[in-house]
Amino acid sequence: MTTGEFALRTDGVGKRYRKGWALRDCTLALPAGGVIALVGPNGAGKTTLLRLVVGLLAPSTGTVEVLGHDVTASTSRTLARIGFLAQDHPLYKRFTVAEMLRFGRACNLRFDQGLAEHRLAKLGIPLDRRTGTLSGGQQAQVALALALAKRPDLLVLDEPVASLDPLARHEFMQVLMGAVAEGDVTVLFSSHVVHELERVCDHLVVLDNGRVTLTGDIDTLLTEHRLLVGPRTATGPERSGAVVETVHSERHTTLLVRDGALPVAPGWQARPVALEDLVLAYLRRPGVDVTAVGAA
Amino acid sequence: MFVFRLDTHSGVPPYLQLVQQVRQAVLLGFLQPGDRLPLIREVVEDLAINPNTVAKAYRQMEQENLVTGRPGQGTFVDERQSAVMPASTYTSLRRGLTTWLRRAYAAGLDEQAVDALLASVHQEMRNEGVA
Repeated sequence: MTTGEFALRTDGVGKRYRKGWALRDCTLALPAGGVIALVGPNGAGKTTLLRLVVGLLAPSTGTVEVLGHDVTASTSRTLARIGFLAQDHPLYKRFTVAEMLRFGRACNLRFDQGLAEHRLAKLGIPLDRRTGTLSGGQQAQVALALALAKRPDLLVLDEPVASLDPLARHEFMQVLMGAVAEGDVTVLFSSHVVHELERVCDHLVVLDNGRVTLTGDIDTLLTEHRLLVGPRTATGPERSGAVVETVHSERHTTLLVRDGALPVAPGWQARPVALEDLVLAYLRRPGVDVTAVGAA
Repeated sequence: MFVFRLDTHSGVPPYLQLVQQVRQAVLLGFLQPGDRLPLIREVVEDLAINPNTVAKAYRQMEQENLVTGRPGQGTFVDERQSAVMPASTYTSLRRGLTTWLRRAYAAGLDEQAVDALLASVHQEMRNEGVA
């Protein structure tokens, strides 16, 4: 694991399409050696951000730095260190798996064909089958094996499990996490599914409406945030700055607060919050002040 | 071999869940001094979980002297763990709790009400700095 180094840094990044801004004021510093989830609803700007990271798009404002190099000015050597798995795991459907691997070897500076063949054999995926005849889960595994054969330092995946059934999803994550356990790869993946994120990632970026609304180390975020349950009052305890969400029921009030571990007011009970609920609370918030929470 | 599980709705960070499971298993005698824990790789591939999470859990368990890492061999339940709680203490605490729970149920509380009561007492003791 590499520490003290950033896999990705963006500074004031925005991307404007003809229709308008898809991404604005995006400033991030994501550590190397971990697994980073990029979460948000459809249309939040996730794919735009990922395409900026892998150099497929140029930012309208700001800078994108991957593995210490400015991506817009990057050479093929920098790009060789980045793996990208686009949405829906694109493969040449009429190619056999073996032909796909040959294609990968021909197109990349660094390509470990033996590693890919070994992974696919372990999964029981035959090399002589056309990729178009494989199941969705198997196609995803072939695409992942191709991306990992590059031995990238940063692997970027756009909605890698969105189209997979629960079993294929689990198998995909098993292989991906196994790859992280094996070597020095930083993984950045997007997802609109927030369920089960905490078991796979160390770092979280929540995007909503083209803006970063929450970013941080997951264990830190879960420690900083908690639910306070107490009697319903007009004002609630004095925590105005730290309250993320307030839910009133008839006689009691539930507050999601970001206050570290301050002592709880009398009559109130503190409870940990699940990551899924935390993310949803941030996504429900209207008009978040980006500068207040974006720097965490 | 010890098998970990994950509850993703508990709000407890995954690494802490792994630590708690080992602590509990040692306390209840399901894990005994010298027992080997699965390798990080094995846990990762079994649960489809982030390796950093497992590594963090193992580090924390070593710091608490719950387990000892032996290079090249694996991670083992620490030999000092046997004396943490004598079986008689465990039995007596358990008996006391059973009696108390019977009274609570007889008074009309259900499992959730008991949990809520327990949580609020925990909270009170935490505030007083006891637990």
